[in-house]
Amino acid sequence: MSTNKEFDFKNYVRGRYFPHIWCPGCGHGIVLGALLRAVHELELDKNNIVMTSGIGCSSRISGYVDFHSLHTIHGRALAFATGVKLSRPNLKAIVPMGDGDALAIGGNHFIHAARRNIDITAIVMNNRIYGMTGGQFSPLSGTGKKATTAPYTTIDNNFDVVELAKAAGASFVARSTVFHASESKEYLKKAIMHKGFSVVEILSQCPTYYGRKNKEGDAATMMEGYRKNTVKIGSKKLDTNPDLIQRGIFVEDTDRPEYCEAYDEIIETAMKGKA
Amino acid sequence: MTNTSNIRFIQGNEACVEGALYAGINFFAGYPITPSTEIAEHLAQRLPAIGGKFIQMEDEIASMAAIIGASLTGSKVMTATSGPGFSLKQEALGYACMAEIPCVIANVQRGGPSTGNPTHVSQGDVNQARWGTHGDHSIVALTASNHQDVFKMTVEAFNIAETYRTPVVLLFDEVIGHMREKLEIPERGELPVVDRLRTSVPKGVDYHPYLPREDGRLPMSDFGAEHRYNVTGLFHDMWGFPNNDPQVVSDLLRHLVDKIENNWENICFYKEHWLDDADYVLISYGSSARSAKHIARNRRKRGMKIGVLELQTIWPFPTEIVREKCANAKAVMVVEMNMGQVVTQVKSAVDHPEKVFLANRIDGQLISPTDIKTTLRMIQGKGV
Ligand SMILES: Cc1ncc(C[n+]2csc(CCOP(=O)(O)OP(=O)(O)O)c2C)c(N)n1
Ligand code: SF4
Repeated sequence: MSTNKEFDFKNYVRGRYFPHIWCPGCGHGIVLGALLRAVHELELDKNNIVMTSGIGCSSRISGYVDFHSLHTIHGRALAFATGVKLSRPNLKAIVPMGDGDALAIGGNHFIHAARRNIDITAIVMNNRIYGMTGGQFSPLSGTGKKATTAPYTTIDNNFDVVELAKAAGASFVARSTVFHASESKEYLKKAIMHKGFSVVEILSQCPTYYGRKNKEGDAATMMEGYRKNTVKIGSKKLDTNPDLIQRGIFVEDTDRPEYCEAYDEIIETAMKGKA
Repeated sequence: MTNTSNIRFIQGNEACVEGALYAGINFFAGYPITPSTEIAEHLAQRLPAIGGKFIQMEDEIASMAAIIGASLTGSKVMTATSGPGFSLKQEALGYACMAEIPCVIANVQRGGPSTGNPTHVSQGDVNQARWGTHGDHSIVALTASNHQDVFKMTVEAFNIAETYRTPVVLLFDEVIGHMREKLEIPERGELPVVDRLRTSVPKGVDYHPYLPREDGRLPMSDFGAEHRYNVTGLFHDMWGFPNNDPQVVSDLLRHLVDKIENNWENICFYKEHWLDDADYVLISYGSSARSAKHIARNRRKRGMKIGVLELQTIWPFPTEIVREKCANAKAVMVVEMNMGQVVTQVKSAVDHPEKVFLANRIDGQLISPTDIKTTLRMIQGKGV
């Protein structure tokens, strides 16, 4: 979509809240940039957006943006956002989350929000580590990784965010990385406009903990890794290297009823006195 | 002719639902748990019929979170639970204290700890209601001993939540929740119904969501309206931005406590029965107050100067009222169904704590008038 005005970061952030808390080289700022560009290009009214987040480095996004913002408790952002959305379905609900926030402590809310297909956009900023608390492993670290709570390497298997979201019933599921910032932006635009529960996983580096512990180099090297180790869905490169991570839109189902719309039908029935 | 269309013969949990509807509830999120489930079931039926929203969440944490989110968009909200669920709600309840979000939490008490005694009565969550969430804070908890009062206290709970921007706990118990008795639903206007204060700051002018007025109240702006602001559970400044400046931290904590404690008189509900000349004062609340009243009425007939102070506000604890009403008592007896949670408060309220005794039951059975009589006779030095 073409927009009348050039994108200007300052129109979307709260100057008073800066400087931000993120380390130099953190991927989370790129996600923020992609998200704000997406909102700009969609020409959304800032008054109609509620940004709800939990606790973590990633969750700080909600405070930085000039939307209605709700910075809640660790893992529960989707449950708070469910209350916002069902109470006022005309508002756009966007929920940025860390991988631990979304899928360890918040895993139950994640699958149930997906199951309901409530119109919320969940952005999983996957750095495969607990950044805010200083580098403990997360349910997305995978095996054989180092973390402060896995000094001898992890033995925990990891979730695949895309497969989990699909299986739980999310009607829009995509994956990208902060190296692919404009692709991320495009997926975010689609996710935000999608009617139903949408999940966008964005791989985002934490050079401070994950990178340092696992000798993955500095931020630039880690981003370079996202370029090398990911491919578009169905790429031929997968034939020779099946370990490559696929990027793209995995699910886009517009037929499934959205939760708030389904509830409106309940209201219609109840108002006619048919219970 | 009397109007009988307002008269119901229902459970206490339904009386709570009627009170909530009278107060203007339009959003409920919950998770089933005995003995509170009827509150959710009835609201599932009633709310959509008035255009309101009901949602069964995946657990009690999510339910508490959902009502907070809904409240921020301008809805009047409530959740209902019992012990195990009340434990799960505590972190988000503290968030509502910190972020000053109006909400009502009904806890229909069962015996605990843990799964405890799901279908039996207890009043074991009095201290949990006060201190269940971590950190210094204040809280409001109301209770009732009959359905007319369940209705009234539920309306008051919403009014207090909206006035002071605080979570309010309705601390009912299994007997009250499940017992059936008459409820006469008041006409519109008979009981006051309070809506939250909304900001008059116009669009384009800087709105400070967390700058209290002189009276400590904070006018709100609904999410979706023209003022965009931040809400957080971190200590925050007047814009709602995280701030750990020592002055900001201590000012906010004091504000959170003072807005409740300094208004205790406006939040304080109690009833007194035959207290004017009472030598013996029974202090009770919830279903145990019914037995206390019964025995007092019975002993009065035999010439004993005994009365009952029935607490309806448990938190903030009505220390002044208790001290005043017990000033001339020969003995004070707290009647409750726990190991002595309110009695501790009473002892520290009165001038003569050595004259304060406990009549309790902790076995899941409603404390009976005979149980109270037995303790009374022991205090009097008579055989049992
Ligand atoms: C109930 C609770 N448990 C634990 C914490 C501590 N905690 C804060 S953030 C966090 C994990 C952050 O990791 P992630 O969600 O992956 O986000 P990131 O910081 O990496 O962006 C933890 C464990 C908390 N705030 N609340
Ligand atoms: S600790 Fe990691 S996730 Fe947190 S700000 Fe620093 S780089 Fe980013």
